[in-house]
Amino acid sequence: MMEFSAVDLARFQFAFTVSFHIIFPSFTIGLASFLMVLEGLWLTSGRDVYLRLFKYWMKIFAVAFGMGVVSGIVMTYQFGTNWSVFSDKTGPVLGPLMGYEVLSAFFLEAGFLGIMLFGLTRVGPRLHFAATCMVAFGTALSGFWILSVNSWMQTPAGFSINEVGQFVPENWFEIVFNPSFPYRFVHMMLAAYLTTAFVVGAVGAWHLLKDRSSDAARVMFSMAMWMAALVTPLQIVAGDMHGLNTLEHQPAKIAAMEGHFEGEEGAPLILFGVPDMAAGETRYQVAIPKLGSLILTHSLDGRVPGLNDFPPEDRPNATIVFFSFRVMVGIGFAMLGIGLLSLYLRARGRLYDTPLFHKLALAMGPTGFIAVLAGWITTEVGRQPFTVYGLLRTADSISPVDAPAVATSLLVFIVVYFIVFGIGTFYLLRSMAAPPDAGDGPHAGEPTRAAGVTPAFAYRDKTTPNPAE
Amino acid sequence: MDLDLPLIWALLIAAAVFLYVVLDGFDLGLGILFPTARSATERDVMMNSVAPVWDGNETWLVLGGGGLYAVFPLAYAILMPALYAPIFAMLFGLVFRGVVFEFRFKSSEQRRWIWDIAFFLGSLTAALAQGIILGAIVQGIAVEGRAYAGGWLDWLTPFSLMTGVAVVIGYALLGATWLVWKCEGPMQDHFRGLALTLMFAMLAMIGIVSLWTPALDPAIAARWFEMPQILYTAPVPLMVLGLAVVLFRSLNGTRDALPFLASLALFLVTFAGLGISLYPNIVPPTVTIWEAAAPDSSLAFLLAGAAVLIPMILAYSAYAYWIFRGKVRPGEGYH
Repeated sequence: MMEFSAVDLARFQFAFTVSFHIIFPSFTIGLASFLMVLEGLWLTSGRDVYLRLFKYWMKIFAVAFGMGVVSGIVMTYQFGTNWSVFSDKTGPVLGPLMGYEVLSAFFLEAGFLGIMLFGLTRVGPRLHFAATCMVAFGTALSGFWILSVNSWMQTPAGFSINEVGQFVPENWFEIVFNPSFPYRFVHMMLAAYLTTAFVVGAVGAWHLLKDRSSDAARVMFSMAMWMAALVTPLQIVAGDMHGLNTLEHQPAKIAAMEGHFEGEEGAPLILFGVPDMAAGETRYQVAIPKLGSLILTHSLDGRVPGLNDFPPEDRPNATIVFFSFRVMVGIGFAMLGIGLLSLYLRARGRLYDTPLFHKLALAMGPTGFIAVLAGWITTEVGRQPFTVYGLLRTADSISPVDAPAVATSLLVFIVVYFIVFGIGTFYLLRSMAAPPDAGDGPHAGEPTRAAGVTPAFAYRDKTTPNPAE
Repeated sequence: MDLDLPLIWALLIAAAVFLYVVLDGFDLGLGILFPTARSATERDVMMNSVAPVWDGNETWLVLGGGGLYAVFPLAYAILMPALYAPIFAMLFGLVFRGVVFEFRFKSSEQRRWIWDIAFFLGSLTAALAQGIILGAIVQGIAVEGRAYAGGWLDWLTPFSLMTGVAVVIGYALLGATWLVWKCEGPMQDHFRGLALTLMFAMLAMIGIVSLWTPALDPAIAARWFEMPQILYTAPVPLMVLGLAVVLFRSLNGTRDALPFLASLALFLVTFAGLGISLYPNIVPPTVTIWEAAAPDSSLAFLLAGAAVLIPMILAYSAYAYWIFRGKVRPGEGYH
């Protein structure tokens, strides 16, 4: 049987829990902004369809947000339980950034979430809209801080090292706005918006396939396709710039992503292949000459790095990074295709009348999540074998905890997460399958809170304020 | 200007932990009391009484953990591995407890009992684990250099199990008095009766902790039982007695809010007593708050933000409570 060390197990546990966690924020960041836009449109236009859509997506948001909160609390403590040496050394620099995330973002979201979910009749539409804006702002702000933290681990700046080996702050501006942060932040926020847009688009497509006349389905599908058409090109540009930034600061990661073992001038773009770390080459290459240099250096003869430029103990695993990167980029271009197709169909007036396109959009629904996970695997595995790039090795970051303890907690995590988030995903999908035109939202046919105690119509009468009032 | 930043931050973190304990304490207490509800309607009311605010309450725990990492990274790095099992038990408990707020109302009525049990067991596990964590810190942590040096079951002692039970009882008391405040009619009477029983159990646990803790460490005993320190510490047990009288009378009367407020005050006094026993250590018995603190530049950077943001947080959290003030009636609250 294979023996796993405590480091392997702790890495797998972190990867597992953070992968589950990242799914929810990347959805709720986009969804919170979508809800803000919907409520704003309802308040300004007075059109009932926007309120119906708002309520419909708010229920889905509540479930996704709840799962994001509980999986996020785990992350706060996991730094200490499994990575205590990392925590001790990076606490003075990264801790305050996370402190700001809690103080400025988490409390904002949590404090106004209750008003957003339950308070429409109690505070009136205008204050309620303000609460929705606060939740949306809070989700984006939390992304700002946590990406600053992650970026600092990739491209550390603005620090010195004290006598006990801790990273200590010298310049907070350089720490927060470290070299890779602006690129990563833009790239991730756009990814969150696209992820949400494709989920909304798939739900709209599903309901258009069932009932082409549904105005709620039309509105959400149209809004999602505008996002796909406008944001995907921006994301591809942002991704390219992020890649150039990585080339400057983490060339080994780029070499792994590209599958280049030998650094060379006028390097090809390897479309497909199987990087073999042991042999030091990428087998079965399908490559386009010179294009690698053109993309990375914007010149046909520019030099791009190869993994062999770096000592073996400093190389990330190219087999993983090479494929995860291609999955992400492939999905990005598929999204672009959907966006362009939607523009064409819209111009022809056929956006709501092309079932084949709706089926395509439905199939694209979960791809945002896959792209986000693939992108994270690319950047995180590409950072290895370091936690703080070039300065603190992953193997030196671990807690003095025995492998059996890590293995036990890992097993419980796997069981608990698959049960809890599996059921949560089932509820989400069921809510999304319910038609958006049923007045009170997706649960017309299923029990609502406290069903059987108060007739649902009593609630509906109170909570559908007329904006003209 | 020379501020003692580690001391300021120790007080702030202690305040965050205290707010967490009392705010999520009554949420968790509701979960612990879930089996004592006499109908599905009562369980709905219990959940709806905290549904709009529980998420904010739990955020104080994130501030406690994140804040410890930021300002006392050494304490965080020692305590988390030392408390590995109870920390994970707490997190798993909170995962189950947290998702039930959404899942319970999405499930069919035939299957709702599954989530009722998850809510109870999740709350109970989290509360018990928090109490065990408290006991394990009070009884002391083995440290060598900058790392935890004990085994992975060191936290498990009769003392820590006793503090675990004490916290479960204390949270149940907070939950029961919260329901006295937020409910009316027979449901209120039911929980008023329960609260009275829990009050006596809580006072018994306070008594046991107060006698057992000084027995662990002569330095702690000196603080509580020897002149001249006793002049400073004597008010603590006296206040506990005074609050017990207030709580007892309010539970026998018709006051709605007072039992909860008196229970909060009881928690505050015992929390202060705990602080007196441990100060100035953050990882007893060896690491002080100054040894564990991050450099002043880190503490000052976060303090600048905290000074502005914490009053704002308190203001809008209070506003959220204000919006959802008043009695919770059956059928209200679903979104």
